[in-house]
Amino acid sequence: MSDPTAASSGPALDQGAETRLDDSRKQDKPRSLGSDAWRELRRKPAFTISLAIILLVVLIALFPGLFSHVDPNAADINHARQGPSGQAWFGYDVQGSDMFSRVIYGARASLLVGVLSTIGTVVIGALVGIIAGYYGRWADSVLSRFADIFAGLPFVLGAIVILMTFNAPGSNPGEVRIITQVVLSIAVLSWPVAMRIMRAATLVAKQQDYVKAARGLGAGPMRIIFRHLMPNTVAPVMVYATIALGANIGAEATLAYLGIGLHAPVVSWGVMISDARDYFTVAPHMVLFPAAFVSVTVLAFVMLGDAVRDALDPKSR
Amino acid sequence: MSETILEVRDLVKHFPVQVGVLFKRTIGHVKAVDGVSFDLRKGETLGVVGESGCGKSTLAQVLMRLEKATSGTVKFEGRDIFGLKGQELRRLRRDIQIVLQDPYTSLNPRMTVGDLVGEPFEIHTEVAPKGDRQRKVQELLEVVGLNPEHINRYPHQFSGGQRQRIGIARALALRPKVIICDEPVSALDVSVQAQVMNLLDELQTEFDLSYVFIAHDLSVVRHLSDRVAVMYLGKVVELGTDEQIYEHPTHPYTQALLSAVPVPDPELRGRREVIRLTGDVPSPVNPPSGCRFRTRCWKAQDICATEEPPLTERLGHLSACHFAEEHPHVAVV
Repeated sequence: MSDPTAASSGPALDQGAETRLDDSRKQDKPRSLGSDAWRELRRKPAFTISLAIILLVVLIALFPGLFSHVDPNAADINHARQGPSGQAWFGYDVQGSDMFSRVIYGARASLLVGVLSTIGTVVIGALVGIIAGYYGRWADSVLSRFADIFAGLPFVLGAIVILMTFNAPGSNPGEVRIITQVVLSIAVLSWPVAMRIMRAATLVAKQQDYVKAARGLGAGPMRIIFRHLMPNTVAPVMVYATIALGANIGAEATLAYLGIGLHAPVVSWGVMISDARDYFTVAPHMVLFPAAFVSVTVLAFVMLGDAVRDALDPKSR
Repeated sequence: MSETILEVRDLVKHFPVQVGVLFKRTIGHVKAVDGVSFDLRKGETLGVVGESGCGKSTLAQVLMRLEKATSGTVKFEGRDIFGLKGQELRRLRRDIQIVLQDPYTSLNPRMTVGDLVGEPFEIHTEVAPKGDRQRKVQELLEVVGLNPEHINRYPHQFSGGQRQRIGIARALALRPKVIICDEPVSALDVSVQAQVMNLLDELQTEFDLSYVFIAHDLSVVRHLSDRVAVMYLGKVVELGTDEQIYEHPTHPYTQALLSAVPVPDPELRGRREVIRLTGDVPSPVNPPSGCRFRTRCWKAQDICATEEPPLTERLGHLSACHFAEEHPHVAVV
């Protein structure tokens, strides 16, 4: 294809080039990046496996009753810290609650916090970043300085301030309310990172000639942002998102440990890990099982993000 | 003489040089284009030559209205393009299109060829009904010499010359009257340059196009142009038909440029006087007073520093030199 003489006539390109395309029969049907990416994804085992894991975790989160009939908060102190057995596959925690049941019932809160706060972080960050990068000038100055305010707050301190303001000490907010608050405080405190990544990628992409050509054709800002800039800037943010997902599930655990995040009767993997910290040497299973679920879930999202990013880059095919 | 389609008068584009993080202070202006006037006639090709940084590309951006002019007017078919808004501006986009220099960055790497060439129809939906677009795109690909079956390929699957053809197909899509070619062949191999230039030539006849053809390669410009404008530091220093410019240049800068063109025939090499200019192009932030070329000109006198030579008829065509005369030793390219 790099042979310059081939450029002289169209039909001369056919030989050789045609064989490279496995779908030459379907050529008459126009495709777009989206459909090409989907076709590419379906063939990738990494995508299928990670999607299967994520679907399973989502299913557990939605219908924990299908997987465990034991009440996660029922505690029998006689079983405290007992290891895995036929009766309780993952053993018992310090209160004598069934660990398997707790891990199953903990999926919902963990997944909600992890996924929602990541989506929040990326959506706010990406939008603000692309606007700052594309419009530049004073919009960029204002938005960047605004982001700096949030970036300057240490995460734990910021979260304590936010959560303590909304929930006076001693109050007992409901499950939905506390999850929403935790999600929002994580998103609000971590979006500047996504914003800076997006802004930098946009600054690079908007200098490209194809943006100039699109403007010359009369494309409006919306078309340029969503059709030309987004597909070319989303990759680095996606990498960040997959890393942030794991970090956010961990952040939820940190807040739970400090007593300002989720707490009993809400069960989450983060709560379980922080509960087990002091007993790690005597009862390692108490950390091992929830930690394994966190790791596998995060790994599945990382693999998914990686596969999607590759599929969206035509050059990697 | 055919009618004028694009009329450019005293076009000025200054870029402010700013310092400061939060409160920006303007400390000067880059005078990229500083008073350029010319007419583009229907069906003609106007070549614009000059070395890097002389304002050629900025001129293209301003003509495309990608940048607002600082002052001056550009009239397309008698209407000032800077006064257009909304629907009228959209209409103008259909009439003036651009082919950009770098075929590697001018095509969005994440769009298929079909999407790239079809985008003009998506923006200007009134041009082609939806069901018709694919056929139109394939016709365009055929017109520029690409295989119409390749609509589902991505730009990286093509060579530089083929990519430039895709760019040309995109520019042609809306059937414009004027195409501004911003160094369309500079990034290509010499063998491919000829193919793309011949294509542009054929398209001009087929679609009755007028070109503003910007390049730094004098032989490329001569091949295509009916008239040539030579630019130096944001100003046109000489303007005339290609014969007038190439065979009877009167401005010392044009003469120096022409004398620097490599001679393909080794037998003739070295027989011609090469005018070697000394020094660099002055900064466009602070250009010299009077004639901008005087700092490097071997003819410079006191008057050159005090009085700016206007671009007027001297020795048969437009030239901006107080001492315009033909140079005996500058050979024909």
